[in-house]
Amino acid sequence: MTEQATAHGLRESATFDRTTMAEIRRAASTGVYDIRGGGSKRRLPHFDDLLFLGASMSRYPLEGYRERCGTDVLLGTRFAEQGVRPMHLDIPVTIAGMSFGALSGRAKDALGRGASAVGTSTTTGDGGMTDEERGQSKHLVYQYLPSRYGMNPDHLRMADAIEVVLGQGAKPGGGGMLLGQKITSRVAKMRTLPEGIDQRSASRHPDWTGPDDLTIKIQELREITDWQVPIYVKVGASRTYYDTKLAVHAGADVVVVDGMQGSTAATQEVFIEHVGIPTLAAIPQAAEALRELGMEREVQLIVSGGIRHGADVAKAMALGADAVSIGTAALVALGDNDPRYAKDYEALGSAAGYFDDYQDGTDPSGVTTQDPELQMRLDPEAGGRRLANFLGVITMEAQTIARACGKSHIQHLEPEDLVALTVESSAMARVPLAGTSWIPGAATGY
Amino acid sequence: MNTLTDNTTFDLESSSLREVNRALHAPGVSGAKTILHPRGAHALAAGVNAELQITIEGHVGYYAAGMNQQAAITIAGNAGVGVAENMMSGSVRVSGNASQSAGATAHGGLLVIEGDAAARCGISMKGVDIVVGGSVGHMSAFMAQAGRLVVRGDAGEALGDSIYETRIYVRGSVTSLGADCTSKEMRPEHHQELAELLASAGYPEDDTSAYTRYGSARQLYHFTVDNADSY
Ligand SMILES: Cc1cc2nc3c(=O)[nH]c(=O)nc-3n(C[C@H](O)[C@H](O)[C@H](O)COP(=O)(O)O)c2cc1C
Repeated sequence: MTEQATAHGLRESATFDRTTMAEIRRAASTGVYDIRGGGSKRRLPHFDDLLFLGASMSRYPLEGYRERCGTDVLLGTRFAEQGVRPMHLDIPVTIAGMSFGALSGRAKDALGRGASAVGTSTTTGDGGMTDEERGQSKHLVYQYLPSRYGMNPDHLRMADAIEVVLGQGAKPGGGGMLLGQKITSRVAKMRTLPEGIDQRSASRHPDWTGPDDLTIKIQELREITDWQVPIYVKVGASRTYYDTKLAVHAGADVVVVDGMQGSTAATQEVFIEHVGIPTLAAIPQAAEALRELGMEREVQLIVSGGIRHGADVAKAMALGADAVSIGTAALVALGDNDPRYAKDYEALGSAAGYFDDYQDGTDPSGVTTQDPELQMRLDPEAGGRRLANFLGVITMEAQTIARACGKSHIQHLEPEDLVALTVESSAMARVPLAGTSWIPGAATGY
Repeated sequence: MNTLTDNTTFDLESSSLREVNRALHAPGVSGAKTILHPRGAHALAAGVNAELQITIEGHVGYYAAGMNQQAAITIAGNAGVGVAENMMSGSVRVSGNASQSAGATAHGGLLVIEGDAAARCGISMKGVDIVVGGSVGHMSAFMAQAGRLVVRGDAGEALGDSIYETRIYVRGSVTSLGADCTSKEMRPEHHQELAELLASAGYPEDDTSAYTRYGSARQLYHFTVDNADSY
């Protein structure tokens, strides 16, 4: 509040606050809805609302730095006997699918370097596979999306896993979006689109609808790749319990659940803030579906949407994830929203730490742009090192917590290690409210 | 019999789908391959990447010849959903009818359907040429990006909805055009490319002047409030 407003005892409306009014004015003057990148910005029940109990009289901790606490994970073990090669990652934190087009080629390069340095995977995105990314990534997941931009069977066969994307947490039910500023000639060529147009993108796959068709689609992908690589199914968190069951029935090796805090390159603001459920609410649903099917740990669960540090990693895994995936945190590690570009952000009418106009192609950090000059601000080698550092740190943080809970592998964390701070998070995460044995709604199903 | 280089007949009554596809994917595979008793199998001859001549004797299920590269594949029967989806090169010919999404997202090659094709024929096509002997169902060439779609019969509702740069030629009637799809003048180069397409698909006698060309009005290439009803 300004000093004058305070002096006059003015009260800002909680309903019509200044951000809300600014949006009304913006819509009134431009006639277009607000498109932006990033994830949900409002406060939602999240991992912050959970705490670990740690060891006590009845549990004993592992000695930090001395006693082993494993971090590796195998993804895609379900059909190993039929020849499918699981992906063996050294850490349970993977890089989420982010499209070339949304990101610069150099950013993709940096992500590949950083991930490979610590033995984890990267993921392509809408728009296809780039040489930069395949070249730098030891483990690369190839996304199979509704748009099928740049979809190439050669790339399918070069991938270490395939991810069939049904949706994203930021926009379950929505398609891709890339505005003209970012459709440069290279992007246009890869997507077979005219340069500079605003790309309209499908929200449904063009050659299948529904879970029975998905079963056949997965069979086709397996046949084409001769049953060699795991197939993931990614869904935006909404009806997660059912989606997980259906994905398993359709033959998925791995289910990826992206909560509503999950970021996007560009979508309508109204979509980001009002469609989907929080990551916290989705994980127990997916875990329960897998348990009921007898597929826990056999079909792996990857969770994304708002993972920021090792505690989030540990909490997601305690609730049932086998691994997590990060988007925003990886971009920040590369330099996105860095205060050293404060002046440039201000010149765009934004500020370091607030910038979310990934769709505009003006990103001062050079991460989410196709602008040849801005891109040069990101040095892929240095960026890769920063990302590797970050991934190393959050893995060690998660290990610290796991040891404190007496676990010799991060994967051994369990809901029993957690309590909730709020009634909402207790009900969603299905762990007791701290200091009680109460889980609201525990007896009811979905 | 050397299934790698000899002309080979596979029988899905005695071989599994996996065995047949594996043989068709083997490095160095060549020659003519015939597949008997497909009985609606899915993903048959999908992912082939060799200059094979493949003949399938009978009806196939979903995604037959999916993502084909180089091979000339003939289906003597009807095809299920997504025949030749995402084909890159080569050719696929269906002697009967094809279900939905024939040639979906295909980047190259030639798909010929002698009978009718159901809804969404050529959806999101990205460079393939598709020639349909009969008619196509609704939403055909939806969001079609590149390549050419020729329909010797009629087209259903919302042809070419949200189309990008694909060119469509229809001889018969069109129930309705989708958003941003419009009829266009047939200039000499269009008569010529249509004649070539028809000839390569085995219909050299067709009179190209009986066809109408459709394509993008390019009014939806940029998001503006005036188009709100079209999206
Ligand atoms: C710039 C950017 C581009 C993205 N592109 C894709 C994409 O092409 N396909 C996809 O499935 N998800 C995409 N996502 C979503 C991420 O895969 C992931 O679900 C999300 O970022 C995870 O949430 P987090 O950002 O909070 O870690 C994108 C996200 C960002 C930030």
